[in-house]
Parts: sequence; structure tokens; C-alpha cells
Amino acid sequence: MAGSTLASPIASVAGVFRPRSSSPWAEAWRRFRRHRLALAGAVILGLVALAVLLGPLAWQLPINEIDFSAKLQGPSWKHPLGTDDLGQDLLARMLYGGRISLAVGLAAMVIAVVVGTIVGAIAGMSRGSVDAALMWLTELFLSLPQLPLLLLIIYLFSGALKALVGVETGIFILIVAVIGGFRWMPVARLVRAQFLSLREKEFVEAARALGASPARQVVRHILPNALGPVIVAGTIDVAAAIIAESTLSFLGLGFPPDVPTWGRILYDAKDHLDFAAHWAVIPGSAIFLTVLSINYVGDGLRDALDPRKVI
Amino acid sequence: MNQYLLRRLLIVIPSVIGISVVLFTVLALAPGDPFEELATNPNIPAEVRAGLRAKFGLDDPVATRYFRWFGAMMQGDWGFSFASRIDVDTLIWQRIPVTLLIIGSSQILALLIALPVGVYAATRPYSIFDQIANTLAFIGFSLPTFFTGILFILLFSITLGWLPFVYRADIAATGWLWYWEHFKQALMPVAVLGLFQGAALTRYVRSAVLDVIRLDYVTTARAKGLAERAVVVKHVVRNALIPVVTLVALQMPAVFGGAIVTEQIFRVPGIGSLLISAILANDTPVIMAVTFVFSCLVILFNLAADIIYGWLDPRISYR
Repeated sequence: MAGSTLASPIASVAGVFRPRSSSPWAEAWRRFRRHRLALAGAVILGLVALAVLLGPLAWQLPINEIDFSAKLQGPSWKHPLGTDDLGQDLLARMLYGGRISLAVGLAAMVIAVVVGTIVGAIAGMSRGSVDAALMWLTELFLSLPQLPLLLLIIYLFSGALKALVGVETGIFILIVAVIGGFRWMPVARLVRAQFLSLREKEFVEAARALGASPARQVVRHILPNALGPVIVAGTIDVAAAIIAESTLSFLGLGFPPDVPTWGRILYDAKDHLDFAAHWAVIPGSAIFLTVLSINYVGDGLRDALDPRKVI
Repeated sequence: MNQYLLRRLLIVIPSVIGISVVLFTVLALAPGDPFEELATNPNIPAEVRAGLRAKFGLDDPVATRYFRWFGAMMQGDWGFSFASRIDVDTLIWQRIPVTLLIIGSSQILALLIALPVGVYAATRPYSIFDQIANTLAFIGFSLPTFFTGILFILLFSITLGWLPFVYRADIAATGWLWYWEHFKQALMPVAVLGLFQGAALTRYVRSAVLDVIRLDYVTTARAKGLAERAVVVKHVVRNALIPVVTLVALQMPAVFGGAIVTEQIFRVPGIGSLLISAILANDTPVIMAVTFVFSCLVILFNLAADIIYGWLDPRISYR
């Protein structure tokens, strides 16, 4: 009697929750989908990326055609986002600037994640003085005032790089390198903490016992397991890098005036606030919306990839 | 406690040296020559230029130059501003009080927002209040300071006309009116910085309180029959503050970055706007000195955080 009543629910439960062929990634995607705002963020981010990639093909007004008869106009059919003080079409400039802003964010994130992972991995694998020295360096970089140093480095080096590889590429390389170079520390600390716990786990010990070299242990066994938090940190870094680039451009010290990044458009607009508010509100909202979406995606990824650390 | 203080103070020394090495390396690696202008000037013969270089020791080995520069920085001899024609230290001492005032008030505002909101949200996790607070915090730290500043100017200065959007150091009014004018013009910069900081801190406070509130000693306090208010304020918050203090200190570099932006938007005459105008005017001594001052301020705040840390959690100072 007891056996029959017990057996049927278990049997049906086993039937419903039969382990489908769910890989860790499918499991992560299931968890990510449950975070609705993260999903919305991902959709908005996809739309923004699509717009800046394909938009310039569809909207072919030039970004630098000066037309004083149409200056400082509000949104209209001819200029859906209005024009600036030289009569240049804002939609075309926004689409072009978005490419640069997103590219800077992604490239700086890649630099930060690569440098951070290497530093963190070396510190996590080696004990003693190497670990201590690398962590001291990380702490030192964390306590540097980033914006003043960014400004100082760009001020000192932009001239030489401009002469070397041209204005736009030179500034791009410099900004990406410097922003990435000041954002690797959180990744390094994360990776080190992960390595310290993972390298003592049984599966790593098993790999070691089978004769895997330290490099193979790191690349095949430890790193894939430490990846979750790194992906989350990398996502947030994209947002931070976009803000950093916009800040530099907003201070008038980032890209030159003929490269309309979102921050640069905002910088040009800030002296015309009283009669052309749309000019400032549009790029600002674009930055805000992109950063907010990335932050929500990061939040969703944390739920999906780092289930232990749900706050 | 004294030993702990001494140890923290000793840690400051390598930090200052490390930061000064980073700064000097950047300067030394930079292309260009301070006497470049003289080189292109046909009226100055080559031997005068060589004499000047020798006089200022530009041809010495890097190490010698570093020690001379560091010694001068430590003694307060920060050079002469090309643009303003006065000593750099005079210039900086004129500008620093405004910056510290703005940063200090905005930090207080941030804590006044973050502590109550974060604690209240954590005592009722996943309630409506928690969700609204969380969403607002997300929006708050996704809004870059320069955009909030512009929105504030649009709303409060241009549309409503309530607040001035240019910070003036020379207010003619006297007495209470003088204070009122200063309060009015500082309101927007402080709010921009404080709201941004507050948004980030709210999330930290919430998660720190959530970590603590499930611990056994909190249950014990409740079981003793203490009022919920006493449990939260006396037992939970003090322990939850420990990680928050670290995070406030870690945020300091970002706060200074935000201060530079806000000072630039509202034209506050602090060291942040001094840095920007110095960069636009190619005024290298001022740029170096301001960056150095910012670094020292960060170290100072870290030290303060460590001391508060030791006071909040006496176990740390005896370790």
C-alpha cells in the first residue's frame, strides 16, 4: 500500500524531470530567460548594435554636410533627430558615433579581460612572492585616480600616436589601450580568487596526477570553470568603458571634433541647451539606454552563470 | 589599536612611492621636450638651449631625475604654472577647498540616501519597495554624471529657472543671503555626484545587510525580545557597514572622476576644472601636480577607511 502510493509520484516526477540533454549553457540560458529585464536589455542592445551596424547603409545622409539654412532644427521628416549648429544631420552622426562608442567599449573590455585573466591566473597559480607582488600591483592600480591619469596620458601621448598612425586610429588605439589598461584589476582579483579555490579541487588534482602540465591544467581544467564570473565582469566592463570614452569626449579631450562619438555630440551640444535641447538629450539617452541595457544583461548573466552569488 | 594605526600609516609610504613612480614613468616615457618651443625659435642659439637643459638637469639619468622630482614634490615645490603665471601650489591651495566641499557633501548625501534605503530594502527583500529601490539604483548608476548634469540644467535652470547653472566664487551678497546663494549654486553639483554615488552604494548596503541579517546572532537578538528597530540598527547595521566602508574607499577614484566632470559642467572653480583647463592650455606642471594631489587624496581616503574599519571591527586591529 505504502509502496504503491510512494512509487507513483516518484515515477511521474522522474518522468517529468528526466535529465534532458541540457548542457551547462542551455541551463544558463534557461536561468537568463527568467530575468525579464535582462532579456529586455539584451533585445535593446541587439537593436542598438543592429542600428549602428546596418543603419548607415539605410540612412545615407553624410555625417559632415554643412547646411546653415537648416541649423539647430528639431526633429522633422527630413532630419528625424534634428540637426546641430552646422546643420549636420544628427541621425547620421548618431549612427556613426554609435559604431565608435560600441567598438571602444568592446575593445577595451577585451584588453581588460585578457590582461586581468593573465595577471590573475599567474597570481593564483604561483604562491609566495610572485602572488604578493602581483596583488600589490593590482591594489596600486586600484588606488590610482583613473580619470586624471587617463587625461594625463592622452594629453602626453596623443600627438605622437597621431603622427604615427593617423588621427582617428591613433586616438582609438590610445583610448582603448588606456581604458582597458585601467580596468583589468577587478578581473584579476576575481580570477585569482577562483584559481585559489579551483586548483585544490579533486578534478584538478586528478589531472595533475595524470601528468598534465601546469599550462594544460590551467587552460583545459581551471580556466573554463573560472569563466562565469569573468564573463559577468567583462559585460559590466563594456558599460564602464563606454562611459569612460563618453566622459573623455564630453570633456573635449577624446576623439577629435570630426569624429562624432556620442560623448562628443553631447559636448558640442552643451552650449546650446536653451534652444536646442534635443541635440543634447538624444546622445545622452543613447548612452544611458545602452549602458542600462548592458548592466541589466550583466545582472542576468550573473544569475545565469554564477548561481552561488545571487544577491 | 596603536600598532594597527602605525602599520596602516607605514603602508601609505610604498603607495605614495608607487604612485609617484607610475606618474613619473608616464611623464618620462612621453614624447616631446619641454624646450621644444625654444628649438623652433631661430632667435635662441643652440648653446643657450643646451645650457638650459643642463641647468634643469634634463640630460641626467632617469633615476636621478626621478629622485629630484619626487623630492621637490614632497617639499611642496610643484613648479610654476605657464598659463596662470603663479606658483602651482598657490593655485592648487586656492582651488582645493571647493573640491573637497563638493565631494564631501556629495558623499554625505550618498550615504544619507544609501543607508536608509539599502537597509530598509534588505529587511524586506523582494517586496515592492525593494524592487522599486533596486530599479532606481540600476537607473541611477547607469546614468553617466555628465548626462545627469545636463538634464538638471535643462530642468532646474532653463525650464524652471530655480537654480543658477554657473558656479560663482564672487557672490556680492552678505550674511545669510551669502550662505543661501552658495547653497543654491552648490545644490546641483552635489546632487549629481551624490545621486550617482548613492545609487551604487544602495546596492552594496542592501547586499551587505542581507548577508548579515540571516546570521545566528541576529536571531538571538530577536529571541531575546529586542525590538526589530534595535536589532537592525544596533546589531545588523554596524556589522554590515564593514564591507560598505571598504567599498566607499574603493569608489574614491571614481568619485574624483565624477567630480572632474561635474566641476566642468557647472564651472565650479575646483581642482578638477583646473586640470581640464591646464590640459587645454598645455600647462604640464599644473597637470602633474593636480594628478599627484588626486592620487594623494585617494590614499588619504583609503587610510581613513582603514581606520574606520578598525573602529567598526576591533578584531581586525588586533590581528
